[in-house]
Amino acid sequence: MRLDTVLLARDAEGLFWMARYLERVENLARLIDVTQSFESPGHETEAWWGLIRINADEKNFLGRGFSPDPEHVKRFYLLDRGNPTSIPSMLEDARTNARTLRPLMSTEMWRQINVFHRFVSQLKPADLEGDQLARLCTALKDGVQAHTGVTEGTLYRDQGWYFYHLGRVIERADQTTRMLDIKYTALLPRDGEEKRVAELTQWNAVLRAAAGYHAFKRHARAMFSGADVVEFLLRDPSQPRSVLLCVRRAEAYLDDLRRIYGLSRANEAMEVAEYLREIITEKPIGHILATGLHDYLDIVQVQLQVLAGAIGRAFFRDWRPPAPGASAPGGGLSQSQSQSNTEPAPDAAGTNAGGRSEALA
Amino acid sequence: MSDIFSQAWPGYDPGRYFCELTRTREDAGPVPEWLAERLTQIGMDALKGRAAAAETELIDLGVTFTVYSDATAIDRILPFDCIPRILTFNEWDLLERACIQRVTALNLFLGDIYGKAQIIKDGVVPAELIYGNANYRPEMQDFPVPHGTYVHVCGIDIIRDEHGDFRVLEDNARTPSGVSYVIENRHLMLRTFPDLMSGIRLRPVDDYGRRLRAAMTEIAPGGLDDPQVVLLSPGIYNSAYFEHVFLAREMGVPLVVGPDLIVENDRVFMRTINGLRPVHTIYRRLNDDFLDPKVFRPESMLGVPGLIGAWKAGNVAIANAVGTGVADDKAVYAYMPRIIKYYLSEEPLIQNVQTNICREAEGLQYTLDNFDKLVTKPVGESGGYGITIGPRASKEELAAARASLLADPDNWISQPLIGLSVAPTLGEDGIGPRHLDLRPFIVTGRESWVLPGGLTRVAMKRGSLIVNSSQGGGSKDTWVLADRFVDGRPV
Repeated sequence: MRLDTVLLARDAEGLFWMARYLERVENLARLIDVTQSFESPGHETEAWWGLIRINADEKNFLGRGFSPDPEHVKRFYLLDRGNPTSIPSMLEDARTNARTLRPLMSTEMWRQINVFHRFVSQLKPADLEGDQLARLCTALKDGVQAHTGVTEGTLYRDQGWYFYHLGRVIERADQTTRMLDIKYTALLPRDGEEKRVAELTQWNAVLRAAAGYHAFKRHARAMFSGADVVEFLLRDPSQPRSVLLCVRRAEAYLDDLRRIYGLSRANEAMEVAEYLREIITEKPIGHILATGLHDYLDIVQVQLQVLAGAIGRAFFRDWRPPAPGASAPGGGLSQSQSQSNTEPAPDAAGTNAGGRSEALA
Repeated sequence: MSDIFSQAWPGYDPGRYFCELTRTREDAGPVPEWLAERLTQIGMDALKGRAAAAETELIDLGVTFTVYSDATAIDRILPFDCIPRILTFNEWDLLERACIQRVTALNLFLGDIYGKAQIIKDGVVPAELIYGNANYRPEMQDFPVPHGTYVHVCGIDIIRDEHGDFRVLEDNARTPSGVSYVIENRHLMLRTFPDLMSGIRLRPVDDYGRRLRAAMTEIAPGGLDDPQVVLLSPGIYNSAYFEHVFLAREMGVPLVVGPDLIVENDRVFMRTINGLRPVHTIYRRLNDDFLDPKVFRPESMLGVPGLIGAWKAGNVAIANAVGTGVADDKAVYAYMPRIIKYYLSEEPLIQNVQTNICREAEGLQYTLDNFDKLVTKPVGESGGYGITIGPRASKEELAAARASLLADPDNWISQPLIGLSVAPTLGEDGIGPRHLDLRPFIVTGRESWVLPGGLTRVAMKRGSLIVNSSQGGGSKDTWVLADRFVDGRPV
C-alpha cells in the first residue's frame, strides 16, 4: 500500500474550488431566503438591492441589463446563466470541477452533484413566484447540505480532503462577513423606537441567514444589541459559520498538512491565517463598530483573499503552464477560479484528439 | 426457433439473419430459453419501467459520451438495451483465441515494419501502403519496445454473418474506446435485472483495471517494482472523458492532462502539491499527433513537450506505442489474413470480411461494376462516417459516392453488404430483432489477455445496420457463459 497518495496540484485546486462554489450556492440561497422573508413592506427594492451590494455585483447586474427591481434580482441570481455569480453558473462551475475530480471523488458524491446540477439547470421563472421561492431556497440548501453530508461520509481523507475543507471554510468566512455587512447596505429609519425595531428585524435576519438564530438566542442577553450579533458571528468559538471558527479550522487544516504530510509549503499560509485570527480577536467590538464595521469587514475579506492566494502559491501554481505576461501566480485566485481546463481547449481539435479515430462515435 | 420463443414473443422474426438468442446453439443449453421466460415473467410494462430506470441511473451517474456537432457539445448516454447478448462457451473460446492471434500478428507486423521490414521485402504487403500511410511514424524506426508490444490495448470489431460465422470488420490499435461500458453495463444489469441473471454462471468482467495496470507495470522502464503509472487524457471536453476517469479509477492511478506533466532531462514528472514526482508509464488516450508539440503538431496544447524524447531515451513507457495507426488502417486490414499467415504460419481463426482494395486495379474495377451491391468506405474515416451502403442508397447518394471514390481511389475500399446478426431488443413497439456487432478488448504487456465478452453495440432503429453510438446505436450487456452445456447440462 502507498501511504503517501499522490495529489496533483491541479486536483488540489479543483477540490478547493469545488467546495468554494458549493458553499457560495448555499450562502446565496440563505441570503435570498432571508431577504424574501424579511423584506419590509414598501422597502422591497432596497432589500433586494442590498443583496446585490453584499455581493459587490452592482456593475455586473446593471451591465447585464437588469434594473433594481426585486424580480430582476431574483432572476439574476437564480436563473441567469450569463451571470457568473448566479446559482446555476456556480453550480455549473462546481460540476465542471467535479468532472475533473471524478477520479478522486466517491460515486455517491458525483451522483449527488450531477442530480443537483440537473435540478438547478431546469429552474424556470415560475419557480421564483410567490411561495415557490422559499421552497426553492430550501431545496437549494438541501442540495448543498446533502453534498456536504455525502462528502463527510465518503470522501477519502488524504491531502485532497484538506484542500476541499480549506476551500469550504475560507468561503464560509467570507460569506459571513458579507452577511454582517448587510447593515451597511440597508436604509434604516433615522432614529427612535422605529429604528430600534427595524434594526432588530435586520439582525434577526442576518442571524437566520447565518443559521445562528437559535444558538444566539440561547446565549444572548434579553435586550441584545447589534454589537452582540456582530460578536457572535465574528468570534463565537462554537458557531459553525463564525469567521473565527472558520479561520481556526483553516489553521488546523494547514497545520495537519504540514505535520501529517510533511508539507512545509503550508508555512506562509499559516502565517496569514494566524494574522487573520489576530485581526478577528484583538479589538473590542465596540471599537470596531465605532471605527466602521464595513471598513473592518473589508480588511477581513482582503486577508481571506490573501490566505487563498498564499495557499495557491504554495500548492496549486506548479501545474499551470507559464502564461506570458501573467500576474504573479496565485494573485488572481481570489474571487474565482481561472483554471485553464474549465474552458474548452484552444485547439478545437482537442475536443476529439483522443481516440477520435476509434471512438465509439 | 423453439416454442418458448414464439410463445414469449409472438411475431418475433429475425428473417434471414442469424439471431443471437433464438438460433439453437447446443452448448448454450437452456440459458436462452430461461432468458425468454424470465423476460416474459417480468412483463412488458415492468420491463419498460426498469429500462427507463436504468437509463436514469446512467444519466445520474454521468455515464455519458459527448457528441460534437459544429459548435455544440451534448452529453449523451449510450442507450442501454436490457436484453443481454449471449456468447456460448465454445463461441468465446474461438473469439478469445482469434483475438490473441490477431493482436500477436499486429505486434509482430509493427515490430517488422519499424525494423527490418521483411514483410515488405518479401512482397507480402506493398511498401507504399506503409510508407505512404499518414499514420506511419518514421520516429519509430529501429526503436525497440518492451516485449515487442506496440498495441497494449486493442479493440477488434467483429460481426456475425447470416450463417452465424464470425468475421473481423476492423482492427482498432490506436486508442480504442468503449471498454468502460462493458463493465458499467454489467453493473447496471446486476442492479436492475438481478432476476434475469440468477443461477446463470457468467465470466466476470471486473478484472479489466487490474489487468491493464499489470500490463502498464510490465512495460515500465528499468525493472521498477511499483512504477508510477498515469492515464493521460485530453481532458473533460474529450468525448471519451468518462471512460478515462473510469479506467484511472479502476487502475488506481492518477488521471493527468498535458499541463500536469513536465519533461526535464528526458525524464517525465507530474506536478503535485509537493513538487515534481517521477512518472514511469503513461497510458495515453491522446492521438499520436497531439502527444508532443516538439515532434508532432506544434500548436497542440494537450500534449507534453519533450515526451517523445523522454520515451526514446528509455525513461518512460507509452501505451499504446506511437505509430500503431499504420497497422489498423482499413487498407492494411485487407492484408491481415496474409499478415497472420506470414508471421504465425497459421490460418486466421476468424476471417476478414471480403475486401476490395480500390488502390488495386482489380479491386477498383470490381467495386465500380458492383457499386450498388457493395458497402464503400473511405480508409481514413471512422465512426461510420463516409460510408455508403449500396443496396440502401438512393441514386443521388450512389452517384456522389462514386464521384468521391473516383477522385481518390487509393482512399477507398469496398466490401459486400453483410447481413449482421440480430438479437431481441426492446424498442418503442415491443421486442424485435436489431442488428449488432461485438468489440472485444485485448490487453497486452508481456502476454495477451482478453476481457470476456466485449462491447456489444446494437442498432436501436429497426432495420438499421449502423451500430455507431453517434448514429443512434446503443449497447447490450454481453454474457459469456462460463459453462459449456451438453444435452442441456453444464459439463
